[in-house]
Amino acid sequence: MTNSSLSTAFITILKRDLTLALRTRSEIANPLIFFIIIVSLFPLAVSPESGLLRTVAPGVIWVAALLSTMLSLDSIFRSDFEDGSLEQMLLSPHPMTILVLGKVIAHWLVSGLPLIFLAPLLGVLLFLPFEAMPALLATLALGTPVLSLVGAIGVALTVGLRRGGVLLSLLVLPLYIPVLIFASNAIATAAADLSIKGQLYFLAAMFALALTLAPLATAAALRISLR
Amino acid sequence: MTPNPGNPTSPPVHEGLEIRNLSCSREDRTLFSGLNFHLTSGHAIQIEGPNGSGKTTLLRMLCGLRLPDEGGIYWNGGDINEERAAFLSNLNYIGHAHGVKGELTPLENLRVSQAMAARNNSLSLDDALEKVGLFGFEDVPSRTLSAGQRRRVALARLLINPVPLWILDEPFTAIDIQGQKQIESMITEHVLGGGMAVLTSHHPLDLSEDHLSSVTLAT
Repeated sequence: MTNSSLSTAFITILKRDLTLALRTRSEIANPLIFFIIIVSLFPLAVSPESGLLRTVAPGVIWVAALLSTMLSLDSIFRSDFEDGSLEQMLLSPHPMTILVLGKVIAHWLVSGLPLIFLAPLLGVLLFLPFEAMPALLATLALGTPVLSLVGAIGVALTVGLRRGGVLLSLLVLPLYIPVLIFASNAIATAAADLSIKGQLYFLAAMFALALTLAPLATAAALRISLR
Repeated sequence: MTPNPGNPTSPPVHEGLEIRNLSCSREDRTLFSGLNFHLTSGHAIQIEGPNGSGKTTLLRMLCGLRLPDEGGIYWNGGDINEERAAFLSNLNYIGHAHGVKGELTPLENLRVSQAMAARNNSLSLDDALEKVGLFGFEDVPSRTLSAGQRRRVALARLLINPVPLWILDEPFTAIDIQGQKQIESMITEHVLGGGMAVLTSHHPLDLSEDHLSSVTLAT
């Protein structure tokens, strides 16, 4: 088996998942609408006062991003598990790790990337100062891939269970907390006009760690789940 | 080739697929134990047994999707759960859930399977679909096809990925009589051409006793 056939397999899986996502649009739209709704409820429920909203904005946007990712996570492997496609992938001579990576990247492209485009608008809604916008985008760009990668491990472990939803949140949310802390802290720090290099380095390190290790763990977890 | 007890202590060196002293239990119930057979080129094995006797479980074990509780499964002398990549590039498995995506067209489904496979033959995807009787259905979403037609899409995978070992779980389910004949001739052609097949089916196969043997699982 050559490298070119492996990269063909990787690209085919990525394309396949993107095509599937585009053909079942509600699955993409639901988490995004959820994201917008959570954030836009805060000015109504807490207070429309700009000072207060500005303080809570980083946390609110990140908590909403995290919850909407949780909502879309199950779709990474659920339908493939049910119709037997996952078995076929495990029986492919290509390494499962690479195929899993293709699926997770596709998930991020349809669920994480749109958040980055929506977030500045929601930042304006919450009176987030303009200086904090680059930090908001940078933390989302580094943090949302970690959410998809780490989430995939949780989904892979719970996909064989009929009601894995609650278990999935219990497994995955604790692992999301470091991302949440560093990201929202970075945005708040940027709003105060201080350097956020430290936080960004931490997020980048988490991203590198998740990118290298999470697909391995996910592939192993899938093998166990199908047994 | 007959179900061959062999000598369980000697190292397996045989060509083909060899099963030694295989056991499986589920929730304290023994489905089968002490199962031995040896499948070589040009032969097929039909697994028989009543519902719930562990036929599907056995096939999943043969693919390495499930670990045997006891015993071993060897491909050309190597344990399939240790030398996975070497084994998987020789295997085509079609299970109960056959992995045909409803949102994709038959052609797109096959294109994915082709990329997943280790090797591809010269048969084009269109020809493969025509051969399983899906001419004219290449570009409609698979979800609009009937259950039998979706299974045919899955069976078309056998034609584009020329590997020696076919493991088929009830390949004739939901397929009409004419289609069953087509599938049957695909299987006999494969076996007589030097391939191997393990299948569970209640449908009799048109192969002479030299090429076909059966393994019965009792509950």
